[in-house]
Amino acid sequence: MTGPRYGMAMDVKRCVGCNACVLACKAENDLPENGFRDWIVTETRGVFPHLSQEIRSERCNHCDDPPCVGCCPTGASHINEGGIVLVDHEMCTGCKACIASCPYDARYVHPEGYVDKCTFCLHRVKEGQQPACVTICPTAALTFGDLADSEGELSKLLAKREHKTLKPEMGLGPNVYFLL
Amino acid sequence: MALSRRDFIKIGAGSAGAVALGSGLTTRWWGNDVREPHNPGTEGDKVVPTFCELCFWKCGVLAHVKDGRVTKLEGNPEHPLSRGRLCPRGTGGIGLLYDPDRLKKPLVRVKKRGEQAFEEVSWETALGEVAEKMLKVRDEYGPEALALFTHGFGGSWFKHLVKGYGSPNIAAPSYAQCRGPREVGFFLTYGQGLGSPEAIDIENTRCLTLIGSHLGENMHNTQVQEFAEAIDRGAEIVVVDPRFSTAAGKARYWLPIKPGTDMALLLAWMNVIITEKRYDVDYVEKNAVGFEQLAKHVADKTPEWAYTHTGLKPELIRETGRFISSFKPASLIHPGRHTTWYGDDTQRSRAVAMLSALLGAWGRRGGYILPSKMEVPSFPYTQYAYEPKGKADRPESLYPLADETLASGLCDATIPGKTPHQLKAWMVYGTNLIQSLPDPRQTIEAIQALDFIVSVDVLPAEICGWSDVVLPESTYLERCDDVWAPYYKQPFVAVRQPAVEPMYDSKPGWWIAKELGHRLGLEDYFPWEDSMEYAKHRVAAAGLDCEELQRKGVVLGEKTPVSEEEGLGLSFDTPSGKIELYSETLAAAGFHPMPEYEAHEEPPPGMFRLLSGRAPVHTFGRTTNNRFLSQVYDENEVWINADVLAAMPEFADLPLEDGERVVLENQDGVRSDPVKLKVTQRIRGDCVYMVHGYGHTAKGLKFAHKRGASDSQLMTRYKVDPIMGGTGMNVNFVRIERVGRAS
Repeated sequence: MTGPRYGMAMDVKRCVGCNACVLACKAENDLPENGFRDWIVTETRGVFPHLSQEIRSERCNHCDDPPCVGCCPTGASHINEGGIVLVDHEMCTGCKACIASCPYDARYVHPEGYVDKCTFCLHRVKEGQQPACVTICPTAALTFGDLADSEGELSKLLAKREHKTLKPEMGLGPNVYFLL
Repeated sequence: MALSRRDFIKIGAGSAGAVALGSGLTTRWWGNDVREPHNPGTEGDKVVPTFCELCFWKCGVLAHVKDGRVTKLEGNPEHPLSRGRLCPRGTGGIGLLYDPDRLKKPLVRVKKRGEQAFEEVSWETALGEVAEKMLKVRDEYGPEALALFTHGFGGSWFKHLVKGYGSPNIAAPSYAQCRGPREVGFFLTYGQGLGSPEAIDIENTRCLTLIGSHLGENMHNTQVQEFAEAIDRGAEIVVVDPRFSTAAGKARYWLPIKPGTDMALLLAWMNVIITEKRYDVDYVEKNAVGFEQLAKHVADKTPEWAYTHTGLKPELIRETGRFISSFKPASLIHPGRHTTWYGDDTQRSRAVAMLSALLGAWGRRGGYILPSKMEVPSFPYTQYAYEPKGKADRPESLYPLADETLASGLCDATIPGKTPHQLKAWMVYGTNLIQSLPDPRQTIEAIQALDFIVSVDVLPAEICGWSDVVLPESTYLERCDDVWAPYYKQPFVAVRQPAVEPMYDSKPGWWIAKELGHRLGLEDYFPWEDSMEYAKHRVAAAGLDCEELQRKGVVLGEKTPVSEEEGLGLSFDTPSGKIELYSETLAAAGFHPMPEYEAHEEPPPGMFRLLSGRAPVHTFGRTTNNRFLSQVYDENEVWINADVLAAMPEFADLPLEDGERVVLENQDGVRSDPVKLKVTQRIRGDCVYMVHGYGHTAKGLKFAHKRGASDSQLMTRYKVDPIMGGTGMNVNFVRIERVGRAS
């Protein structure tokens, strides 16, 4: 009876931080200059020569309990199919309440006045395609899928691999997992 | 509708804050909210398969075209090099196609060379001018007085033109300024080079060792794909690099070696592997000559000896030597690609090749493999009439083992009095010689001595500013080129076909070459109507289905065995017919038959060795004007070790900070443009590092102009490899000066 619950796994071991995901997203979604729906974070720890590094491709976590939806005064921010958090461009007034509420800094203001963010490329998913970032990734570091499908590739990957989410202490139920 | 919905909401949203507080519950009617998501509409109404030219890897691309515009580029799933995926540069073809700074019309110089002052002319005028000058040079000095410098796949048309014209002086900087030493080092050892794409089996390796090769920052798509897969299936990574590269962050071992001492490490690893009998005894006995000499040669090259040169602890050298050999033969020492570092690069590449032989990795699964290619017969042209004796890139006595023409040698042969030859005209296709050759001052001196220089390019790079005539080529997305059938483990033939019509007054390379050919009396060399007819002729001669090739962009051939494990018998095209650990060829030419370690000059106090490399989103200086790609990396930085910087007395009063702008001044007093400092733990203290390709001076590159700093400009010194003429460029030192706080 319940539908899909979309999520993503991002493999920090595979990722080289090349930005193909970021640029493919920009082309696919025709994003404006300086508008980004995903981005690369490189964290280096330690002191020369004892160093370690983690590279992540980050984006909206499409939280179970998204504060950006709760705080939206117009109902533009909403939870669409499969739990994907979307902004209805037409309803958005660009008040930025959602931007202030998002602990992941996943949103930006589009020059046309509305707030924009990752959609998991729902327009592609509906056509049976993968999100653009997943399709392009040369290291195959991104896996998109249905978390509700215990037999699916994503669930299997999460069952097999150690993983984390970002800022779990916020208790928002993020659905982007980082494979360690 | 007079009032859009958003306007309506805006009117009513005066107290948005208050509404926000109260609206939480009502907006959580979720799960049933199936509003139609916004569709950006970038899916093509036409999808054209072609192959990429953002770098030399040439991945298969699907170009989505909507309403006559290329909207996005995806990897062609059928193509063995992209396997449906692209590197960031590949996605950036749209940034090249729609670069507002593109060359739009043929240009003829109106002021002095280098002043970048041109007038737009018709193709008729421009081609007439070029042909007239080329004929004049041929009449006065002979055809070999013309040199062609070329880089990129479209160069094939101009190589053909210049061969027909009668000059053997055709060179790509990708040889003597890049992969040449590697090719010669492997050729001397195994009887063949590695080509491109390199015939290495990262896919099946159990241990990948990178020596100065920063895979993941250089984005050779298929190699990076296999690198990630290797990591995923638990293969080990060993990285030797003065910088904590992306790959180092994924490695079991990172060896932060002192720059310029890789040879000592390689010899010490061979010492460990031989003295502890960790080499592939059967393989070496069966396939190699000179093992006894090598054993003797490296007997005193102990890890303790190497420590004094490399700064790497003996235990670490020993441990990693054992570690690497424990995975033999599926232990791959990556051969690198840009290998022109210190002028002894052929010997260092040979050391890599020899170590690989000890591991039994050549011709073995997970090591070096021996792929085949699909046979596509050449177009049946009239034979070229040029005289090889007119080759001007080197005097006969020098660089005896170079197996391609030296671009730097052609530059030398243009400077009056420098060599017995005297080149008088240059044609430059797709290579910005001001950045791709070391010491731009010398390149400019050569250009000033020319009777004539013409460049063919897509963007107004520095070399265009130094040209007499500039011919605007269409980008790879607007043109058809030759077909491509490289050696690869999955043999294939790929076709480049236009996704859209040429923009502005640009023309495809084949058209330019053909038109010039007609004006030079070389009609016989251009018997085809267009490149499509030419390509179809070749494809048909290969017995392939042209329609299928055009539809898919690629046709696959039969796989052949590529390793002993797959049933391949090994043979070596060397004088001895074996792997040559000891090289009689080198000895006979007066070189060390086995690699020797020679210490390189070290930076004087207060100076740093200048190293350079790649960013994943850029290909040399070719893409730094690409506004689409530059959204994620728009200028280079100088990496410097944080602790060393903090200890520098000149900055004790006012420490330099991360992001601050500095000027670099090299040993010859050449100063860079201001460039941001990246203060980091990720690099040794005796060197600085910057991404190559920045600091453009070409005014026409409006975005890249004066952005970041040019490493090439600071490489006024280079050490020439006596074996094959490669120009080692990691021999420059810089000091750092404060400029002011970055904005």
